[in-house]
Parts: sequence; C-alpha cells; structure tokens
Amino acid sequence: MSDLLTISDLTVRIDTSRGPITPVRDVSLSIPKGKMLGLVGESGSGKSVTAMTITRLLPRRSVHVTGGRIEFDGRDLTNLSDRSLRAVRGKEIATIFQEPMTALNPVLTIADQVAEPLRVHLGLSRRQAADRAAELLDMVGIRDTARVLRDYPHQLSGGMRQRVMIAMAMSCEPKLLIADEPTTALDVTTQLQILELVMDLQQKHGTSVLLITHDLGVVAQTCDEVTVMHNGQVQETAPVEQIFEAPQADYTKRLLSFLPSSRPRTREARPADEAPLLKVSDLVKVFPGRRRRTEPVTAVDGVSFSVAPGRTLAIVGESGSGKSTTGRALLRLHEPTSGAVTFDGVDLLGLSAAELRAMRSRMQIVFQDTYASLDPRWTIERTLAEPLRLHTDLDAAGIRERLVEVMELVGLEAEHLERFPHEFSGGQRQRIGIARALLLNPSLVVCDEPVSALDVSVQAQVLELLKDLQDRLGLAYVFISHDLSVVRLIADDVLVMSRGKVVEHGTVDEVFAAPKHPYTKALLAAVPSPDPRARLDRAQRRELVEAGTKEAVA
Amino acid sequence: MNLVLRRVAAMLPALIGVVVCIFVLTRVLPGDPARTLAGDQADPSVVAKIRTDMGLDQPLHLQLVRYFADLLHGNLGFAWHTGHSVASDFASRLPATVELALVALLIALVAGVPLGVISATRRDRPVDHAGRVFSLLGASMPLFWLGLMVIVVFYNKLGWAPAPLGRVAEGINPPTGITGLYLVDSLLTGDFVAFRSALSHIIWPALCLATGSTAIIARMTRSAMLEVIGQDYVRTAVSKGLKPSVVTLKHALWNAAPVIVTISGLQFGQLMGGAVITETVFTWPGIGSYVVQSVLATDYAPVQAFTLVAAVVYLAANLVVDLVNARLDPRIADA
Repeated sequence: MSDLLTISDLTVRIDTSRGPITPVRDVSLSIPKGKMLGLVGESGSGKSVTAMTITRLLPRRSVHVTGGRIEFDGRDLTNLSDRSLRAVRGKEIATIFQEPMTALNPVLTIADQVAEPLRVHLGLSRRQAADRAAELLDMVGIRDTARVLRDYPHQLSGGMRQRVMIAMAMSCEPKLLIADEPTTALDVTTQLQILELVMDLQQKHGTSVLLITHDLGVVAQTCDEVTVMHNGQVQETAPVEQIFEAPQADYTKRLLSFLPSSRPRTREARPADEAPLLKVSDLVKVFPGRRRRTEPVTAVDGVSFSVAPGRTLAIVGESGSGKSTTGRALLRLHEPTSGAVTFDGVDLLGLSAAELRAMRSRMQIVFQDTYASLDPRWTIERTLAEPLRLHTDLDAAGIRERLVEVMELVGLEAEHLERFPHEFSGGQRQRIGIARALLLNPSLVVCDEPVSALDVSVQAQVLELLKDLQDRLGLAYVFISHDLSVVRLIADDVLVMSRGKVVEHGTVDEVFAAPKHPYTKALLAAVPSPDPRARLDRAQRRELVEAGTKEAVA
Repeated sequence: MNLVLRRVAAMLPALIGVVVCIFVLTRVLPGDPARTLAGDQADPSVVAKIRTDMGLDQPLHLQLVRYFADLLHGNLGFAWHTGHSVASDFASRLPATVELALVALLIALVAGVPLGVISATRRDRPVDHAGRVFSLLGASMPLFWLGLMVIVVFYNKLGWAPAPLGRVAEGINPPTGITGLYLVDSLLTGDFVAFRSALSHIIWPALCLATGSTAIIARMTRSAMLEVIGQDYVRTAVSKGLKPSVVTLKHALWNAAPVIVTISGLQFGQLMGGAVITETVFTWPGIGSYVVQSVLATDYAPVQAFTLVAAVVYLAANLVVDLVNARLDPRIADA
C-alpha cells in the first residue's frame, strides 16, 4: 500500500517577539491512501503546526520550514511555488478547523462560500456551482438546503457550521482531508454525528484523513493509525490497537494513564444521609428578552436537588442545557426568578445584599476560563488578598500567612504570589482559581467546567487536587461539566439536564450503569470510548443518540 | 425599512437638543442685534421698534417656541449683510459646499482605502513605512497653509490650476440647476464644457480638503485590515486555494468595510467643517465662506443656520453609515 502523504524530518521555526522557537523538530509521518491517521498530542506538542505547515497556512512572515520534505502524491510541497500550491489547496488537500464559529466568513452567504472552491478549481459557472453546493449540503446531512444556502454563518448552530465546513472541504473531492480538532468545540452528541459523517465520506470517496486531536477517545473510535507527538517530536507511530494495548513510548503510556476512563473510581464518599448543606427546590431562571425583539428564555426550569456536606453533585448537560446558569443562580450570581435555595439552613433568596455578601465567603465558585477571571495587571498576591481584606479582619502579616498556606494547599509555592497571571500555565492558573475559592474556608464550592480547558495530564492533576481538598477540608462540590468521563471519576451524584430541565437524577453508579432517560443513554453512547476494540456498532449507536436528542428537544 | 424608521426616530431628540443649544448660545452672546441693526446713532425708540419687530422683547421660552415654528416653516431668518433670507442664501450656496465635501470624500476613499490595504498586506515593508510618513504629514498639515501652497505652486508658478475664483471659469455658464452639484448637473445636461471647467475648479480645493481625511482613512483601513487578516475565516479562505487578491479584497476587506464606512461618515462631518477654511482660501462660493463673512459682519442668523445645518449633515451622515453597515454586515441587521 502506497502512502499519499509522507512528511520526513520536518523542522519548523517560528520567529516570535521573544526570539525564534522550533515547535516542530524532525517530525516524520505518513498517511496511507484511504486511511485515517490520528495525530495526537497535548497543547504545545506541535501537532497543529505540523498539519498547518503542509499547505502553508501559517503566517509566512514568521513561520519557516528549516528542514525536511513534505511529499504529497509525488511532489515535494515545500518546493512548490505559491501558485502551484494554490492549485493543491482546497482541491487536493482540504482543511477543516476547530472553531466552526469563527472559521466561516460572517459577511458572506453559505452559498457563496461553498461555491468558491467549485468555481476556482473546477471552473463551474455560477449556476452549476450553486446546484453543486446544494448537493454538497445534502451530502453532509443538511436537510433544508435552500434556506441554509441563503443564510449567513451566524444564523446556524455550531454543528451546522461544521457540516458546512465539511461540505466545503469535500467540494472538490480532495485526496487528503486535514481535520484540526474538528469536534473539540462541539457537544458530544454533535461530535458523534460529525465524526460519523467524516468516516462515511472517507469510506465513500476513499479520502485520506489526517485527524489532529487531543482526545484519545476520538482517535480510538475513528483512526487506523496513530502518531503521538510531544514537545515538537514524534514519540510513536503505530496501528490504533497497538497504541492503546501495547504502547511503546513512555509518553504514550503516560498519556493513556491520565485518561479518566483508565483510572479507577476510588471514592469513599461521605454518606448521603447527613442533613443537606445545600437544598435547591424548583429553581427557575428566566432571562427577559431584549425589548420586543427576542422572546424571554427560560434557562433553568424547575430544578431541585440537594447536596450533603463532603459530597459531590455533578450537573451534566450539553451547551444550552442550563447547567452553568443553575450553578450561578444558586449562588445568586444570576438572581433566580423563582424557587428556593437553602444553604446550611438559611434561606439564601431571603437575604439582603449585605447578608448575602457575608454568606458568600462560605460558598465559592471556580470558573473554567482562568485567564479571563484573573486581572492581568494584578499580581496573584494582590488578587488573592482582596477577598481576605474584604471578609476578614486579618492584618497584613495574617493575610500573607493565609495566602502562603492556601498556595501550598493547592500545590503552588509562596514565591508564585509575586507573579502575574500570564506567567502561569493553564493548570497552574486553575490551581490559583481554586486557591481563591478556598481562601475564606468555604463549605461549598461550585466548580463550573474547571478542567475542560486543560490537557488530560493536567486535568488528572487538578481532579486529584479537588478530591484531595474535599477529603481534607470536608468540602461539598457542585461540579458542572459536559464531560461524562470526568464526572464518573469525581462525582457521587449526577443530575442530567437538558433544555433547563432535569431529565435524570441519581447516584453515579445508578446513572452510569443503568441510565433510564433516552437522553442520558444518548449522552453515554456518544462519549467516544478510548478502546479501539470497543467500537460500538455504529448504526446502533447512531440510533441511540438520535432517539435521545429527539427526546431532549421534545 | 424598519431600521430606517428606528434610526430616524432616534435622531429626533438629538436634533431638538441641537436646536435648543444653538438658541441658548446665540442668546448669551454679547451684543444687541437690534442696536447693531439700527446703527450707533439711532434713536432709542427706533431700536425699541426693531426689537419689538424681531420679537426680542418676548420672554425667552416664547422666543424659543417661535424659533422652532420658524424652523418648521423653513424660515432660517434674514441675513442683513446680503439682504436675502438665510434660506435663499443657503439654497444657492449649500450645494457648492456639499459638492466640495463629496468630491473630497471620494478622493480620500479612493486614495486612503487602497493605501491602507497595501500597508496592511505589506506590513513593516517600505510601502507601509512610506504610508505611515504620508499619514503623519497629511494629518498634521494646516489646511490654510496647504491651500495657499497649492495656489502658489499650481496656479501662480505652474499655471496648471485655474484662478481660485468660483466654481467655473468666467464666461462659462453654470449648468442648469437640477441638483445644484455642477459636476452632476453638467453631466445630466450633457454640457461637457461646463463639466471640464467645474472639474478643474473643484479638484484643487477638494485635494487640499481631502488630505487629512485620506491620512486618517488610510490608517484606519490598515488597522482594520490587520485585525481581519488574523481571523480564522481568512485562513479558511486561504485553505480553499483562493488567490491572495480574492482573499484580501473579498474575504478581508469586506469584513473591514464597516470600520471604513464609519470613519468616512465621521470624516464627512469634518470635511463640512474644514470647508470653512478651504472655501475662504479658494474663494469658493459655498456656505463656509458665507459663514465667515457673516461672522465678520456680526450677522448671527446665518451663523445659527450654519450650525444647525452642520448638525443635520452630521446626523444624516451617521444615519447613512448605520444603514450602509447594516447592508454590509448581516449580523447588524439581525441584532
């Protein structure tokens, strides 16, 4: 079997304002005709730079190939003129990107954007291109093609936009499709549908696919071969079964050990029969429409649950399910429309603003986006000292002592206090976010997607930290997440939400072993399992997901 | 259509505010119009009579009401230094100013946008640096000095420019008035002699007036383009195999256009103001030179009217900007 694309000893230099870096060093990989190669690595591993270098999609001012060859279908792409390379881009090698929300031009219609490669590469007339564009949208499973063609990107959902991107990429029947984290920004059920689509098209058209992803589950469910990258270098290349069953490189072994699903669930939760610390009943949050132009939105619709001290309740759902709004409404960060929230016997909704402020020290929140939630011009010390000054009567020395104590609690050091947010990695920043939440000795912490933006290795460490802190401090967590494998590791009880309503509520064992609601079943079926031999029967899984999502909509 | 009505309705309070401001400002100005009108030697009874005729003996709020009523009837007052009503003076002079400002804006767009696009696509190359130097010069050059230099060099020395007197050469009949814009009218009536003369007269003051705006439009276009070029969808366009010119002009410039349109609208207001200086230097028979004469003659009615017209033009320019941007970016219309 011959290879369609062979990269040999590729080295890439990027000139940055702080000097040149080489994010890709001596990388070699190859993609056989008609096969799917997974290029796996954590952020900063060089996987995206490698992929984007193939068709020179990185800024030419600063990115230079300093060594190696990229052989594609008998040509060395690194030697091609710009003009010849343009004939390859979009026609022979097409690319789909991670962010469907920003990858389409907001001021051009879908018809215009899908037709472009057809007119440029295949020389179709305006009329022919429009007809072909409709066929392409139909091929990627878009039903109302006439309307979608007239639409602008902002009128479509994320999943729809990614389908449009795929239609555009497949328009000239390319030999190679480069997919850079194509489903990372999507919900699991949408992810499944998009991956299915890519696999169907690959089989039907014999396209080779280079799939760049950080998600080993996605790789296990889709790829034929896998190349693992770390620190700009290839660690290992092997058939997918071998990667998961007999990994050779140390890094691959480590990566696999971080997978939430590969780690045992070792929870000895406090019993649930204690008096609940937090009790939420019939919580409703309606966001009023903007004047007459939009309808009011009921984001949370009659949600009830309770959390006992020292236990973790996970709220699970896809985007728009109301899980984050629930978390914020129960802290009165969004004022609930109706319902009752009792915290340690106190009716939260009845508190005055001053009483609520005093109570806030006992209920804290950790956010997903650690960068946005820290002031970039303040040192960590200044940021962290603020709540202590507001809520306690500690003097300067006392504050400093407490800060050092908390920093050590979350695995950071006292010297980190003098630094600014940008000097930390994502994982360290999340530790700072947790430190801030712990400063005032809370008994409840709401964690809103605390590990979603982190690489698996860092994710594992932060989850360990959260568990450790719970054991030592007796914290109760409300853990908001879209990631079921993480939830299985950390939670005691699970609440599944869809469209603002609770569709299922039970212990982790109950919900994961015997889900009752079709939507829960769909969510579980859609999670890509990192076991290549456990590729579910695709038709059966698709059925489960379709039934569940339909149910959720109804 | 809905959008148009909404925006026009939103303009009304601003317009009323402007009228009240103008009214108050002119009332607090020192000097007594009745005495000025009557002359220093006039008998007090004559002054009192004029004051009553002008309604200046009425309470202030009644004067304001009368002012509004007059405006609604199109009565902008009487310019005694020309001996005409202000409205009729404006009717004959406003088109000259509008034409000058429009031609200047056209020049600024035709020169500024490509300059900005080229600077952005060749960032930090010699072209970009040259553009930066030009913009700095253009934005900091005093308009009256530039105008005088143009007259000295191109009229006195080189003889390329016609005498800076009026909108067409002496002896050539102005085109039949349809819009009042000579370039448009002469084309509509097929009078190419008048067109050539009008063009050669308007081009020099318009070039002077356009210099500052060209510089600003070029800089704003550059920064808007640089921002757009870094966006994901531009990378998508490149990945489709499109030519760099298509990527730049269709995918990037189209997204930068709202910024350029907004700046142009603001610049149009600036150009109307800049016309005061340019028209005086080039003795251009527009409302700019007219208002200068009025100020020198302490004739307040035309000055008031000019302020009002400038405000209306400014609001109208903003309305046009909003409407054009709603066409350019579908997200604005849907918001």
